[in-house]
Amino acid sequence: MLSFLLPQRVKLLGLLIAAGVVAAVAALGWQVAELGAQRYAIGGWGAPLGIDLYADGLSLLMLMVNAVVCLGVSVYSTGYFNRAYFRRSRAIYFWPLWMFLWAALNALFLSSDIFNLYVTLELLGLSAVALVALAGGADALTSAMRYLLINLLGSLFYLLGVALLYHRFGSLDITILSQHIEPSPAVWVAMGLMTSGLLLKTALFPMHFWLPAAHASAPAPVSALLSALVVKASFYIFLRLWLEIFPVDSSVFGELLGVLGAIAIFWGGVQALRQTRLKMLIAYSTVAQLGYLFLAFPMASYFAWKGALFILLSHALAKTAMFMAAGNILHFGGHDRIQDFDHVVQYQPLTSAAFALAGISIMGLPPSGGFIGKWLLLEAAINSGQWWLVIIIIMGGLLAAAYIFKVIGYAFTQSRKSHQTRRVPIRMEWTALILAIAAILLGLIAPWPLAIMDIGLPFSGEAAG
Amino acid sequence: MNTLYLYTIVGVGLFTLGLYALLIHSDLLRKILAINIMGSGVFLILVALAARTQGAVPDPVPHAMVITGIVVAVSATALALALVIRVRTKVGHANLPEQSLE
Repeated sequence: MLSFLLPQRVKLLGLLIAAGVVAAVAALGWQVAELGAQRYAIGGWGAPLGIDLYADGLSLLMLMVNAVVCLGVSVYSTGYFNRAYFRRSRAIYFWPLWMFLWAALNALFLSSDIFNLYVTLELLGLSAVALVALAGGADALTSAMRYLLINLLGSLFYLLGVALLYHRFGSLDITILSQHIEPSPAVWVAMGLMTSGLLLKTALFPMHFWLPAAHASAPAPVSALLSALVVKASFYIFLRLWLEIFPVDSSVFGELLGVLGAIAIFWGGVQALRQTRLKMLIAYSTVAQLGYLFLAFPMASYFAWKGALFILLSHALAKTAMFMAAGNILHFGGHDRIQDFDHVVQYQPLTSAAFALAGISIMGLPPSGGFIGKWLLLEAAINSGQWWLVIIIIMGGLLAAAYIFKVIGYAFTQSRKSHQTRRVPIRMEWTALILAIAAILLGLIAPWPLAIMDIGLPFSGEAAG
Repeated sequence: MNTLYLYTIVGVGLFTLGLYALLIHSDLLRKILAINIMGSGVFLILVALAARTQGAVPDPVPHAMVITGIVVAVSATALALALVIRVRTKVGHANLPEQSLE
């Protein structure tokens, strides 16, 4: 709000708020770690009527990765929106929208009832669309438009599901619902509606068509956010619903999701290899990585959920770093055509290192966070004897390696064309690198986030799997 | 009971109609209208289902949800219309380009 009033100070204000939120998340983290899952009733109304906030290990982890990525993006943006060809008026709009998006994300991860989730989802969607449109070109505007329509469509499906669930059980609270739920036609219909709405927003394979255009045409910090967090938000809701509300013995749905996820990994990987522009390549890589998250559903075991969550966390960090690196390269050379990269490694060693490190995590090489996630998924697949999943996970890693090495290869070589270059603010390079390093470090400190996941865990009962 | 189901069925009908229109029209204004019709369908269902038992006072919570929903729908429509204007000035027409499903 304040950032509308004080356009001159907006950057400073943005950074201050960013620091404040990070501190608040850290405090909440300490509280949850010490005392277990927390529930807070806003205005003292309590569960059936009022709005509750709820924090357990899952939401805490999401909040933490959110805080880290958002702090990174805030710092990056102070450099990014300084550029001469970004009109000042646009840059001023970035900060309030960005704070709005962040607030929506935080609220979403803390919500404890399904209608609140709908509202936060809409807030998130609207601010994300406005941020995509900030880029201002014809491409950006049309893809923002498409993104908006998709978002509204998904939300309406979700809301219809909420209506049915409320009619059947008379409550919106996730905990209360989970106690009363029982398989019945109404529940199946509600589940189908909510699932399809959320999958549309998460961009699982047949419904991914809107994602690459929207993510690639947005300004770099915005693409980073969209890929790292916004699609994860609808996945988070999906995971919550699936684990806590809907009957667990829905193995046919689970298999279907797994197959779609597998197709997404291949399709995204192959498409990424075919792209000639860096940001499109990274966007398709997001499609592929989202596929991994859905591989956990056919296995539905303790390790599988943890693996998927771990991939989610490391992907958030790594993909932010990648899009930032892409933004730096774009800024530096004025284009992101992969074939025309001209000695990027020599001119921008930090950016290239960031891209390579993030790539290691995306490919799933040890000791990165991506490796731990894939390892957990592999272990779960072998334990449950689903060999086709093992093959897919390994093939997906190879495809990722192929498209990342394609970029790195061109980054070392000289291009035939020469172009004008501009200096990139050093903090933009450093934030990309630091986030990439964080993605790697996530693998080294793996036991710690895994322990957080166990706090108030919705799937702890299935530990035997 | 009859009116309740009538409203619910009309709501589902509006939702389906809106979905159909959203998918087949390429004009952006029509698409936005279609989304709004879908939204009205959902709101109608919510309100209709709030009257759980015949004659009793209807459950207020779905009404609160509908009000919130309307607020969201209005702001979404405003944003969508603003975007349409921008698309029109930049691209020259208010259609989404055909997209190959790669």
